[in-house]
Amino acid sequence: MNTNTPHSGSKSARPSGFSLTDWMPKIVLAPTMVIAIVCIYGYMIWTAVLSFTNSRMLPSYKFVGWEQYERLFNNDRWMVALTNLGIFGSLFILICLFLGVMLAIFLDQKIRAEGVIRTIYLYPMAISFIVTGTAWKWLLNPTNGIQKLMIDMGFVNFKFDWLINPHMVVYCLVIAAVWQASGFVMALFLAGLRGVDGDLIKAAHLDGASTFTTYRRIILPSLKPVFFSALVILSHIAIKSFDLVQALTNGGPGYASDLPANFMYTYTFSRSQIGMGSASAMVMLGCILAILVPYLYSELRGERSEK
Amino acid sequence: MKKIALGLTAVALSLAANTSQAGQVEVLHWWTSGGEAAAIDVLKQEMKEQGDTWKDFAVAGGGGESAMTVLKSRAIAVNPPSAAQIKGPTIQEWGDLGFLENIDDVAKAGHWDQLLPPVVSKIMKYDGHYVAVPVNVHRVNWLWANPEVFRKAGASIPTTWDQFFVAADKIKKAGYIPLAHGGQAWQDATLFEAIALSEGTDFYKAAFVDLKDDALKGPKMVDAFTKFKKMRQYVDPGFSGRDWNVATSMVINGKAAMQIMGDWAKGEFTAAGKRPGIDYVCIPAPGTSGQFTFNIDSLAMFKVSGKDTQKAQRDLARLVMEPKFQEVFNLKKGSIPVRLGMPRDKFDACADSSMDAFNAASATGDLVPSMAHGMAVNSMIQGAMFDVITNFFNSDSMTPKQAADKLARSVKAVSM
Repeated sequence: MNTNTPHSGSKSARPSGFSLTDWMPKIVLAPTMVIAIVCIYGYMIWTAVLSFTNSRMLPSYKFVGWEQYERLFNNDRWMVALTNLGIFGSLFILICLFLGVMLAIFLDQKIRAEGVIRTIYLYPMAISFIVTGTAWKWLLNPTNGIQKLMIDMGFVNFKFDWLINPHMVVYCLVIAAVWQASGFVMALFLAGLRGVDGDLIKAAHLDGASTFTTYRRIILPSLKPVFFSALVILSHIAIKSFDLVQALTNGGPGYASDLPANFMYTYTFSRSQIGMGSASAMVMLGCILAILVPYLYSELRGERSEK
Repeated sequence: MKKIALGLTAVALSLAANTSQAGQVEVLHWWTSGGEAAAIDVLKQEMKEQGDTWKDFAVAGGGGESAMTVLKSRAIAVNPPSAAQIKGPTIQEWGDLGFLENIDDVAKAGHWDQLLPPVVSKIMKYDGHYVAVPVNVHRVNWLWANPEVFRKAGASIPTTWDQFFVAADKIKKAGYIPLAHGGQAWQDATLFEAIALSEGTDFYKAAFVDLKDDALKGPKMVDAFTKFKKMRQYVDPGFSGRDWNVATSMVINGKAAMQIMGDWAKGEFTAAGKRPGIDYVCIPAPGTSGQFTFNIDSLAMFKVSGKDTQKAQRDLARLVMEPKFQEVFNLKKGSIPVRLGMPRDKFDACADSSMDAFNAASATGDLVPSMAHGMAVNSMIQGAMFDVITNFFNSDSMTPKQAADKLARSVKAVSM
């Protein structure tokens, strides 16, 4: 996902003629470009091609039109995965944004030991989702986690078995993912808050605005670009989530906590249905583009109007 | 803005395919748990004595799903290992793709046709030629019980499902977990197929081998699903995602009373220093005493280049079928030798009864391939069945009748 599109920095016209300093950046960037084009866009196209074939264990090139997509949307497990993505994605993004903004605002009150607290909140982001998933698997497991702790403490009727409840298991994913990512959102917003012009805030205070109003009407609206960045980053984390599910629930119980990425992996690699797996990958790509294209559009338009 | 044409030189990435050295076999397998790892070490040692190098290519993950994924990517990259742990109908799929090596010469020299039961050699052949070598025979329909727990609960070890439910209730009341189980699709399927087998061999074959629609949604399947659902209440709440060997250790250390699992579970008991008949009991899964669901591990031989590599590959095939390896490996792994007429003196009571059952069941026709372990159907149909079975086991709203209908529908949808 982290494609570094090389920005050509030289906008000023220079006298033509070969100069090593002119070509150096392009030569240095060329291998990365080739790798990006082949390994990202090339394989994307290959996957798209495969999604229209009847590929099973290994790729084949017998084209069957939209049949794989038809089968995909008639597949119960895929519909479960898509529904889960809807629930998981929206809750994950909303809760992360809310917690991130709140944490950032509280940290921005010039409190003591801010650096330490900030690091503590940001730290989960440094951990891989596999570790997060495994740790939360133990915490949420009813026989040795939070439920057992509460029962041992004397709350005999305490029940917290979402991990093994097919209807609630998707919320376990939300809990673990929010724990991991909200600190990161906080850091984004904290950086944004630090960039807000101090004079603006002072002016608002002079005009008699309360702190709450200042945040609501002046500071947060000026952080709109940060909101967008956070939204794009969080939504692609949600859509590509694979390792968290793998470690936390392995799709279970049954396949109640499957997300599209897990579905894609299972069908493509374990079940010899590369065609259908590719079709599901294309649907995921579509989801990401649905978020990314409007974002890029608004970004690029903004850049143009600035000039 | 000045338009810059980026001069992109086309770089041809040619991945060198020849990474193997002289006389080396690379073996892809997923024998990674305690008893299994000890068993495969035997083969490593024997290969070393032959002067060949063994390059271990172990990919963990019970059921081998991860290993198969790795194998496919290696095959697509035209760099397959010398041998891979492949079994059942999958051997035919790989054969169809033209990846497998004909090892008839080794088989002929070793008289495999006389040594193997026909039901086994048929699986090892593609298009009439040997392409794989069988390592062992596992019986899947076993019940493992901890007699100590049964004594404490005042229950007796069950031989039918009705007795099972009575015993399980008593054990639960006594404060133990009646059934050690792991909530993974293949374990759910292992449990379910044992129940389905108790509905009769003919039904089992019609449903899981011939995929007959009326068997898949018929009354016997509904009955099997009903019993299967009943098992859910005898499983502890922490079963979600548990590995099979963790479940086995619950029986070993007396937290749970029983486990329905193939005889690879015995390797865990042995590794923990437990004795059969005293510390643990192995009997056929309830209602399936004369029947035998088999799971045969085999090593399929891939086409490799290089004289030394091919020689090492043939050494491997030969060694696997030799009595010495068959005995030592199966003693460690808990399975039984695939080679007929082996001396039995070193095998324990469980293996002994397994060998008797294997011979008897192949004579009566009660020898059936395991669906849960990829011996009966290909991975697509197996996956479709797994989805229905595991979803039903964890669902609180699906009725057994709905589950059976759904099973029939899903199988039809993938096999079209």
